[in-house]
Amino acid sequence: MSVLLASTAGNVLVWIVWFAAAFACLGSGVAVVSFSNPFYSALALIGNLASLAVLYLLLSAEFVAAAQVLVYAGAVMVMFLFVIAYLGWRADAPWTGRPTLQRLAAVAAAAALLVEVIVVIGLKAGGRLSREADITGAFGSPSEVGRLFLTDHLLAFEITSIVLLVAAVGGVILGHHARRGDREAR
Amino acid sequence: MGPDVTWYLAVAAFLFSTGALGVLLRRSPLIVLLSLEIMLNGANLSLIGFARQQGSGDGQIFALAVMAVAASEVVVGLGLIVAMARRRLELDVDRMETLRG
Repeated sequence: MSVLLASTAGNVLVWIVWFAAAFACLGSGVAVVSFSNPFYSALALIGNLASLAVLYLLLSAEFVAAAQVLVYAGAVMVMFLFVIAYLGWRADAPWTGRPTLQRLAAVAAAAALLVEVIVVIGLKAGGRLSREADITGAFGSPSEVGRLFLTDHLLAFEITSIVLLVAAVGGVILGHHARRGDREAR
Repeated sequence: MGPDVTWYLAVAAFLFSTGALGVLLRRSPLIVLLSLEIMLNGANLSLIGFARQQGSGDGQIFALAVMAVAASEVVVGLGLIVAMARRRLELDVDRMETLRG
C-alpha cells in the first residue's frame, strides 16, 4: 500500500513538472514569435530551450538535455545576442501595417499544419503509442550515447564533423565578404 | 505512469507550428532564424519522445545530429545577416529578392 502511495505521489510530481515545463515551453515559443525586439525574442528562446531540456530529462535523455543547455542555451544563443547587440536599433522588428493577405495566409498555413498534426496524433493516441519500452538505467547516459556514436552511427558522427567544418569556413568567408562590402559602402 | 509519448508529441506539434508561424509571418531575418530554431527543437522533442517510447538510443543520436546542423545553420545565417547590415541593406527578408551580392 505504501509503495503504491509513493509511486502515485511520484507520478503526480512527474505530471506537475511536465505541465510546468510544457507550458513554459509553449509560452516562451509564442513570446519568441511575437516580441518586436529581437533581444527579448532571443531571451525567450533561451527559456524555451531550458524548459525543453526539462522535458528531455523527463524522457530520460540526460546527455541530450545537458548538450541542449550547453550548445544551444550556451553557445548558440550567446552568438545570437552578440549579433543583436552589434546591430543595435537596426535589429528592431516592429509590427507595422495592417494585416495583409500574406499575413493572413501565413496564420492559416501555420494553423492548418497544427490541426493536421494534432488530428494524426489524436487518431494514433492510445494503443501502441501508449506502451513504453522498458529501459535500463544506462539509457540516454553519456556512455551509452558515446557507444552508439562510435559503433552504430560512426558515419553520422564523421559527417557531422564535416558539416561543422564547412559551416565554420562559410562563416569566415561571409565575414570576409562583409568586410569588403563595408569598404565599398563607405 | 507519467505522461506518455502522445503528450510530448502534442507539445512538439505546437512548437513546430509556432515556429512555422514565425518563419512565415515575421520579416526580420533575426526572428526568422529564432523561429527556425523553435521548429528544429519541436522536431527534436518528437525524436527524443519516440526514442524513449521505443527504448532505443538512435533517436537521441539523430537529435544530437540535428543540434549540430542547427548550430551550423545559425553560423551561416548570422554571417549573412551581418553581411547585409554591413552593406547598409534593410534587414527585411521580403526585400531580399535576388541572390546577387
